[in-house]
Amino acid sequence: MNSPLLTVTNLRVGLNTSRGPADALRGVTFSVQRGETVGLIGESGCGKSMTALAVMGLLPPTARVSGSIQFDDQELVGATEAALCQLRGNRVGMIFQEPMTALNPLHTVGAQVAEPLRQHRQMGKSASRAEALRLLERVHLPQAAQRLDAYPHQLSGGQRQRVMIAAALACGPDLLIADEPTTALDATIQGEILELLAELVNDSGMALLLISHDLGVMAQSVQRVMVMYGGMVVESGPTASVFKRLAHPYTRGLFGARPRLGAASFNGVKPRLVTIAGRVPELVDLPVGCGFADRCDRVVAACREAMPAEISVAPAHEVRCIKPHGSFPQGLRSGPFEAHGGKLE
Amino acid sequence: MHDLVKHYRLPRDSLFSAAPTVQALRGVSFNLRTSQALGIVGESGSGKSTLARLVMALEAPTSGSVSIGGCNLNALSASDLRTARVDFQMVFQDPYGSLDPRQRVGRIVAEPLPAMGASEQQTRIDEALNAVGLRASDADKYPHEFSGGQRQRIAIARALITRPKLIVADEPVSALDVSVQAQVLNLLQDLRAHYGVAFLFISHDLAVVDHVCGNNGDEVAVMFAGRIVEQAPSEVLFHRAAHPYTRALMAAVPGNDGIKTGAPSSKVAAHAEEASLSGCSFASRCPLRQVRCDTEAPELRELTGNHLAACHFA
Repeated sequence: MNSPLLTVTNLRVGLNTSRGPADALRGVTFSVQRGETVGLIGESGCGKSMTALAVMGLLPPTARVSGSIQFDDQELVGATEAALCQLRGNRVGMIFQEPMTALNPLHTVGAQVAEPLRQHRQMGKSASRAEALRLLERVHLPQAAQRLDAYPHQLSGGQRQRVMIAAALACGPDLLIADEPTTALDATIQGEILELLAELVNDSGMALLLISHDLGVMAQSVQRVMVMYGGMVVESGPTASVFKRLAHPYTRGLFGARPRLGAASFNGVKPRLVTIAGRVPELVDLPVGCGFADRCDRVVAACREAMPAEISVAPAHEVRCIKPHGSFPQGLRSGPFEAHGGKLE
Repeated sequence: MHDLVKHYRLPRDSLFSAAPTVQALRGVSFNLRTSQALGIVGESGSGKSTLARLVMALEAPTSGSVSIGGCNLNALSASDLRTARVDFQMVFQDPYGSLDPRQRVGRIVAEPLPAMGASEQQTRIDEALNAVGLRASDADKYPHEFSGGQRQRIAIARALITRPKLIVADEPVSALDVSVQAQVLNLLQDLRAHYGVAFLFISHDLAVVDHVCGNNGDEVAVMFAGRIVEQAPSEVLFHRAAHPYTRALMAAVPGNDGIKTGAPSSKVAAHAEEASLSGCSFASRCPLRQVRCDTEAPELRELTGNHLAACHFA
């Protein structure tokens, strides 16, 4: 089958904020192929977590959703809770940022990993327990047999994350959504969890939708990346291409703002980081046109009048911008973490 | 060179009296000079936050001492300590928890000031807010009216207002988005240049530490299980890391292909083990481990000039 596993079309999500109704997602469109690894990157408020919650049907009841989320021929927007329950933990798995709050503190680790098996596969108690053990070993949880009867608070952060991954994988989902899975973990553990995810994706052929604010995590983990800002996907393409071209001014700003390990000093002092002027506007303050307009150093009048259409800047690489940055400038080394000082054409 | 700020610490600090005791720090010593930045890098359980609290004299060490400007903090009475606090201030990680939500910003920022006249106090508040890029009019607002990045600026203004010689910053930008983080990091750099304040900068993020503590004369110390295992100027540390744990940290930075440490990725058990009382606490995770490592704890010794490492094989 060559049709995409997940197709999101013009997804809009409206929320009630303290300052009135606003759109958290303003027309998000993307697709995920079977077995593909895709990243959603952006800062707080861009809508990346909201997108994941929309796919899982976990938005607050007051959310107003329109557009389409097609999962393997099934339309999820407007689907019944019963239909969504059939999918969650079964064909679509999700892991979250804070494993301590995502896991139930009152149930053992083994019970929580076994729960989707009992729910969706109607497995009996001992069969699901045996399978839970296999899953915990699969995610390389040390002393898995003893841990079956442990409670989440008895495990470290990295171990709890492994438990969450085991539970999310229990029914062999076609798609795993991971929302900031390593942000709360120590650096060395982060690397191990990312390696584990890569290994599981390779072995099972499942697709991965990875959400993170961390450019390095994306560079390492996903084939394709989508940059989100103000409830829209503003740039998308193969990871290497996006990180090399930095076509959308926001993407470029995001790269420039990141301190680079080992960057050279000038006159014994590290150079200032290039920052993006202003700050992320609140949802209610987003303009009709491009959400980045007020912070963009390339803005023109047309930017504010309407949402820019997508332009292709390279094979399979699209940017939602009237004046994206052109081909990579001469004289600069390519690479994900080149700090860009000053304005670049 | 005037050693205006000096810290000595040779402590063991046990956190719990009920058995088993947790040795949060197992003998940490360093000096910090005027205007110098010392970065502390470590993961959970390394003792870095305990170190921050001891430096700020929020807790007393089990043994050892903390001295600022030649004055032993732990020997001071409570009121003398309050007076001395003018010289050293702290910025915390959580921009939401570190500001009292029921006080206006002006009052929060002015809190560390010793008693002074109302107009002089107002001048100092305005000066501090302007220094961090906020407006004098922001003094009348409450913390919830500000974003995370702005709240961190308020916390920094509060730390600056007494014109301290030392600021201890414990993960001050970890909770901030990349673009906001950049603004705050630039601010810290400007403040260093402008006020000549020394920094003890704690972070798990190597790139951030390298940026803040990367000027000439700055150093970075890597902590593991309550000890400093490596210390050097940041350029030396990040290009010529000697200790296997430092190399593991560098290798673990996602997407960090630019700096190859040549260290095999340590696929060792992630769970925290009880650090052995004898021998090197990193031994169980170390690719270079030998018998000697299990019996003999390596001293933090000088490799060259100002590059220290605690490893038998560095």
